[in-house]
Order: sequence, then structure tokens, then C-alpha cells
Amino acid sequence: MSEKKIREPLLIELSIPGRRGVRFPEPDVPQAQLPEHLLREDLPLPEVSEVDVIRHFTRLSQYNHAVDTGFYPLGSCTMKYNPKINEDMARLPGFAYIHPLQPEETVQGALALMYHLQKYLAEIVGMPGVSLQPAAGAHGEFTGILIMRAYHRDQGEHQRNKVLVPDSAHGTNPASSAMSGMRVVEIPSDERGNIDLVALKKECDETLAGLMITNPNTLGLFEEHIEEVVNAVHEAGGLVYGDGANLNAFLGIARFGDMGFDIVHLNLHKTFSTPHGGGGPGSGPVAVAEHLKDFLPGPIVDIVEEGDPPTYGFVWPKKSIGRVKAFYGHFGVMVRALTYILMMGQEGLRKVAEMAVLNANYLRVMLQDTYHIPYNRLCKHEFVAEGRWPDAPDIKALDISKRLMDFGFHPPTNYFPLIVKEALMIEPTETESKATLDAFIAAMKQIAREARENPEVLKTAPHNTPFGRVDEVKAARELILTWHDWSTVDSRRSIVDSR
Amino acid sequence: MFVPHTPEEIQEMLRAIGVEKIEDLFADIPEKFRHPKQIDLPPPMTEMEVAEELQHLAEANDNVRDHLLCFLGAGAYYHYIPSVIDHILRRGEFYTAYTPYQPEISQGTLHAIFEFQSMVAALTGMEVANASLYDGATAVAEAVNMAYHVFRGKRPKSVLSPFIHPQYLATVRTYYEHSDREVVVPDLPVEASPEALIEFIDDRTSLVMVAYPDFFGRLYDLQAVADAAHEKGALFGVVANPLALALFKAPGEYGADMVVAEGQPLGIPLSFGGPYLGIFTTRKKLVHKMAGRLIGESVDSRGQRVYVMTLSAREQHIRRARATSNICTNNALMALAATVYMALLGKEGLREVALLNYHKAHYAAQRLSQIQGFELAFPDVPFFNEFVLKTPSSVKDINDFLLDHDILGGYDLSQDFPQLDRHMLLAVTEMISRDDIEFLAEVLEEWVA
Ligand SMILES: Cc1ncc(COP(=O)(O)O)c(C=O)c1O
Repeated sequence: MSEKKIREPLLIELSIPGRRGVRFPEPDVPQAQLPEHLLREDLPLPEVSEVDVIRHFTRLSQYNHAVDTGFYPLGSCTMKYNPKINEDMARLPGFAYIHPLQPEETVQGALALMYHLQKYLAEIVGMPGVSLQPAAGAHGEFTGILIMRAYHRDQGEHQRNKVLVPDSAHGTNPASSAMSGMRVVEIPSDERGNIDLVALKKECDETLAGLMITNPNTLGLFEEHIEEVVNAVHEAGGLVYGDGANLNAFLGIARFGDMGFDIVHLNLHKTFSTPHGGGGPGSGPVAVAEHLKDFLPGPIVDIVEEGDPPTYGFVWPKKSIGRVKAFYGHFGVMVRALTYILMMGQEGLRKVAEMAVLNANYLRVMLQDTYHIPYNRLCKHEFVAEGRWPDAPDIKALDISKRLMDFGFHPPTNYFPLIVKEALMIEPTETESKATLDAFIAAMKQIAREARENPEVLKTAPHNTPFGRVDEVKAARELILTWHDWSTVDSRRSIVDSR
Repeated sequence: MFVPHTPEEIQEMLRAIGVEKIEDLFADIPEKFRHPKQIDLPPPMTEMEVAEELQHLAEANDNVRDHLLCFLGAGAYYHYIPSVIDHILRRGEFYTAYTPYQPEISQGTLHAIFEFQSMVAALTGMEVANASLYDGATAVAEAVNMAYHVFRGKRPKSVLSPFIHPQYLATVRTYYEHSDREVVVPDLPVEASPEALIEFIDDRTSLVMVAYPDFFGRLYDLQAVADAAHEKGALFGVVANPLALALFKAPGEYGADMVVAEGQPLGIPLSFGGPYLGIFTTRKKLVHKMAGRLIGESVDSRGQRVYVMTLSAREQHIRRARATSNICTNNALMALAATVYMALLGKEGLREVALLNYHKAHYAAQRLSQIQGFELAFPDVPFFNEFVLKTPSSVKDINDFLLDHDILGGYDLSQDFPQLDRHMLLAVTEMISRDDIEFLAEVLEEWVA
């Protein structure tokens, strides 16, 4: 291991005994006796200075590609620009320094904020009930499935334990269904990329709890028979769950409620511009139709006394499934999302969808002669191309992705959805200009040429990044998961000391 | 604002696509669903207006920095957050990146998570930590699920201490109410020590879980429960306060198989309950059953040391319905906050803060229990920075009085424990000075009088 070249040391390698990063005041109270038998002997954490910490993490940050550094067309992730004002608002002392268990009369502003966000999201999706509690999309899905089950049980239909999930679905959909103990049945897609109606109807029986469907689906395509799909499920007594992760496609233009959906979750960290934070935190509010409002997880915010201003408070829906996390959800993320919605308004949100769809279709059309697009029709916010050619047999989607890094672009999503071979899922979002898209198109075309003329340059990519291609197999084989897993920490420290 | 297109560019792009107008791009949405009636949103605001509006909402709250003296904890704590932390979190390279799926251009995030895993493992005394879960409550729920799967469903029962945070227990109940996981929360008297759980452990038990400190702030030696669980072949889990672990024995030392925690005390603002940080650790031999992302060390094509997501075959994007969990987006940025916090405070600093909490809480406990009618509920049990005070009348009345003096009183335990009518849970962190404690005592004395 010690032969690896080190570009940035680990904190433990920077550590020098006795070094301090921050000091706290001396205690102003007498020392209490400590329970000796419960004390730990050693706390093996690094010892570094404030300057060490700042330089270390600043250097690390520079190894990241991010929306703030460049184009990020990562399909299904809606990597739009995250407005800076959102960050300032979430850090206002009146939001950042309030305790979740404070008396309600001392947090009326926070409750008003949540109340309005619930209301605006309800308006946007056209469904009356909203809970802001789920922490992310998958958590919202799980919550939705629990609501589905609670509803059927309430109707006396305990046998409804089957959830249908299209084969194009995101992995969280089957995982969330399975986690709740439901039986998951996969439904194939048809040749136009819609859910296969015949296969769907075959599964619509008295054990059907519901269908989990993404619209537009993960191919970026609007389900052309959505009305028939919803009707088929409803006629069999099932509920329709919408994965709303792709709402950027028809914000302000169409609404899940109008299409007959019973439950949807939204990803505030996609559609509503809250940042992804390098993997989270997100926020996955769940919206439901009238007949499911009583089952929402609690507590939710309501007006408890009319007036000007009204008094807000937490209430429990009558047949609530219970809480799905501690406290009320990711409040800091809610502040950012509300800021965004207030700035956009209805017109702004519609413009978001229009430009997101314009950008996606522009890329699709400009690339369709170079890359095979298996379901090539009008797309919504994204589309999926194949990263392979018959006359470049060694090249895989991954090679194209790695090569794109050399042009300063983040690659598209690879290998998802599973129904497209060597998938490259491309979602430009509305915040990218035509100039950026044109540069991306040029890079994609150059890469397609290179695939034939100089495949080696793809196979060995990336070249212009601080790090080359990573050996993932070695990581899984050696399983070095913490710095304690080294047997040679000391020898490494000497490497760093000699820098 | 955030949409750069000029009208000319839009025309050009439409022409390239081969349609006439923007509406044509939505022709695949059935007409009747398109363009709903006016949706009821306020008219768009400029940045200047929205800043004012949000400022207004923020000011309608009494915050613990500027208005209220905070003695409230119960799962969320007001600690000092050194300036460095937010300066790092506000780097766009960190907070506007996605999950590090492409390691070559995500080394910043990956390297930092590896350090997070390493320091969390050190703090808990465990071998592996994942890259984060949503919060403490969902971490407990994942522990129950993991234990269930370790035994392939053959041991359906989890025994959870009734003195784990009530909202965590409520979350676990919601998760598994109608599933084949049996969640047993014995109804124990509040004085019961963790050994009282032992009689509920049998060979159908996959997990025994205890809080450390528990919801009442109490610290017990957990060795006996750990041994009893292991004797019956069950896993032993601990829900910890990570700051307490800077001072007290790491659960790994007394045999824990999983340690989970709410990471909020490690440099994360109160923010009305979230986003916080779910910490999840386990032993290496169980890692294949663990939920969540995991970062491992490797090497790149140029011989450089690098970090990369590993053992992904556990996760939903590969294993789908058979994944160990459905989690995808986690709380990575909060994990970064905790990483920077632990790095900056380090070995000495973290201990120093923990000691400050310990001494101040003990001073407060002693001072307040001298007031007529107030006494400690568990005077003989060690505690960290939180303790239960018996009060001469309803906590609600006392807290109303305290609030009139701009004091945020302790948590009213009668909400969750009917037998603890007139019992208040108080938290004292490094943010509280001796004068603050004196002030609280004086106001309580005034109230008694
Ligand atoms: C279509 C789709 N559904 C669900 C999810 C899950 O959301 P989250 O990662 O917030 O849990 C995602 C994103 O990851 C997604 O793209």
C-alpha cells in the first residue's frame, strides 16, 4: 500500500501531537467528579491546526466537479444551479438557531414557512395533503408505500400486498416497496418506452396494493397512456404512486393530481433547486389526494387559530401512519425550497420546465445522428442514449463518460435505466445556456470520432483531471474502509513528513 | 434569473428541434392535463423582496442565540460551531456536487467521507462506519432491519430499551408495524437499569439496543447487557451521543456490534430539527449487511491513492428489491460538517468540550436541586450533559414562567412518560455560563416564592 502516491494527505497524516485547531473557554464552574469506571482511555483523533484544516479541505474541494464549477448533465439528478440566496436564507439566525422542541408560540415564523411550503407544493402537484417530513426521495417513497398499506388496511383489504414497478424504475422504487414488506412485481416497458399496458392489466387483481410509476419515466418520456394506466389500477382497487423526482419536466404545466395520482413524492433537492451537498441532505415531501390525507405521517403544520396573522401549530392527521423520522423533516432544505418557489412564482416555474425540456430536446436532436437513441421521440427533461457503436466494439458508456471529463464536463448517468444497453442518461436542466450545450455537443461528437479513430484515448481517459481512472475492484477486494485498516500508518506518516 | 436563454436562442433551438413553438414540446401530454387553471402561488419576487420576506419569517421566531437562554436538549443540542465549519460547507465545490459516482472528479467528497468514516469509527470504537444516514431515528430503524437480515429473518425480534429517544422508538414502530419484524420495547419502571432488558432476550432475538446516554441523560456500564445479548446469539447495539463518546467508553470496547447516533452535536446547527446526521457503524464481518454508502481506498491509473464508493452491490441501484436498504441520497454535507468539526477540535478539543458539558451540567444539577421543591430524579446515576429534575408542579407551568424570563426550559417528560408527570429534562452545554445557571436558579426560586 505504501507505494501509492499521495496527492493530499489524510488528516491523520497531518496530525502532530499537541497541535490544536480551536480552544474553548476555561470552565467557570467547579469540576465535578468523573465516574472513573465509565471513562475511555484514548481518543485516537487527529491533532491539527486551523490553517491545516482550512487548507486541507479547500484543496480537497478543488478535486470535485460541481454545478458551481461546470456543466453537470447527470440524468435523473436535475443538477440545476443552486441560487446563493437560498444559502443565506437557511442561515438566518431565526432559522438556524431554533430548537425543534421550542414552544410553538416561539416559532411561528418557522411554522408559517412550513405551512406555506405545504400549501404551495400542494398547489404545484394538484393534491391537497402534504407532509414535509421525509428526508429524501427514497424516504418519501417508503412513506408513500406505508400510506398505501394503511389505506388498504383501513378499508379492510389486508390482502393487498403487491406493488407493481416498471422495469425502467429507479432502484429506490423496488427497494422502498420491499422494505415495507410488500411483494414487488416488475412490469416491462413497451417499444415506445411506455409501461406495457397488457402486462400491467394482467397484474391488476385483488392483491394489488398499487403501482409505483415515474412520470415522465426514467427515459425522460411522458407516459402516453397515463390515463388508461391510472384507470386500470383504480378499477382493480389499487392506488397510483408517482415518483415525482422528474417533476422538472412539467412544473407549472401539468399536475399529478389532475392525472389521477393518489400519492407522489417530490425531491426538493432536484426540482426546487436545493443543493445536493455531495450526496445529501435532500428532502422528499409526500403529497396525497383527499382520501389519503388522514394517513400522512405526523406531525404536519396547520392553522390552529384564525387571525391576522393566524396561529400555526403542529397537528396529527387522524389515522396517521406515525412519524418517519425525528422532528419534522429537513427544515433547512425547506427554507431553501420556499425561497426558490417565491422567486419563481407560477410563471417562473413554468419557464423552468419549458427551458429544461427545450434544452433536453435540443441535445437529443443534435446528438441523434451520432449516438443511438433507442426511444427517440419528443422527450421531456432528459433522454437516454446508448454509449456504444457496432464499429467501435471495445468502447463502453463508461469510456465515453471518463473521456467527457477531459472536456470539463461531468458525465451523464451511466447504466441506468437498466432497459437501455450502455445507457447514457442526459439531463441538461434549464439553467444551462445554448453555448454550454453546443460545447457539450461538440465534445460528444469528437468522442464519437475518437471511438473509431483512436479508441485508446477513451479507454485510458480521463487525462486532464487530477486523478486518473480508479481501480474499483481493488477497493472492494482490499476493503480499506478507515485509516485504522492500514497496517502501515507510521511508514506513511514519514512519507508525508518528507513532503 | 437562473434561466439564461435569449428569445433568439430559443427560436434557434426550436428550429433545430423542428418544432415551431415551446408548446409543441409538450404535445405528448394529453391536452386535458395541460396548462391547469391558475395555480395559487404568490407573484414572483426579486431576490431583494424574497430576502425581506424570509427575514420577516425568521424574525417571527425567538432564537436561542439572540433571545432565549437554552436549557432544552432531548435529542437536539445547542453547541458552539466554530467559524471554520461553515466556511468549508459553503464551498460550492462541496455543496453543489452530487453523490460521488465518478471518483476521478469527486475526490474531494470521497476523501472527506473516508476521513468521516475513520473518525466516526475511532469515536465509537467500531471497525466500519457508513457515509451517513438521515438522522438518529432512521439509523435505529436501519439497525433493526440489518439485524433482521443478518439472521435471514429467523430471529424476527428486536428488544429496544424504552429509554431510547421516544421519537426514535416511534419511528421504528412506524417502519415495522405491519411487517414480520417484531419490535419489543419492554415497559420498565423509569428507575430500571439496562440489565432489566436481559430477561426479554431469547433465541428469537436478533438485536438488543440501548441508549448511551439514555433519553434521561443517564450513563450505565453496558457490559452485562452486551454479554447477555451475545450469550443468546443476538447482536448488541448502542444509540450514542457522539459528543459523550469523547469522554466515556466507546461502545466498541464493551462489545457493541452496531453503534448508531444522531450526529447533530458534532457541528450541526439546530435548524428546527434538520437536516441532521445519521451515524451508523458496525463490525467488519457484518459490513455486507449494512445500509448506506461506503467509501474505500484504492489507487488510480497513475499510482495515486484515491477513494471510491465500494460494496455497492448492497445498495438499491444494483440490488433493487433485494438491497439492504432503500437509502440513496443521504446526509453527506452534514457528514462533512461533522468531519471538519472533529478535525478542528481533534483529540484534545473534543474532550475539552465534552468536559465543559459534563462540569456545567453537574454544577447546574447541584445548584438547581438545592431549590426548595426541586430534586434530582436519579441522583445516584452518572450523567453527561442532561439530567432529570423533579419539579414541584407541572413542567408546563414552570416553562411558561421561564419563557417570560426568556429562558427556554427543559423538556416536559410527561409528554412521553405519564409516570414522569412533574419531571423536566434539562440540557446544559458549553454555551451556558455559570451566570446563566444562576439566573435560571433565581427565576425558579422566584417562581417557588
Ligand atoms: C427517478 C428517481 N426516483 C427516486 C430517486 C431517489 O431519491 P433520493 O436519492 O432523494 O432518495 C431518484 C434519485 O436518486 C431518482 O432519480
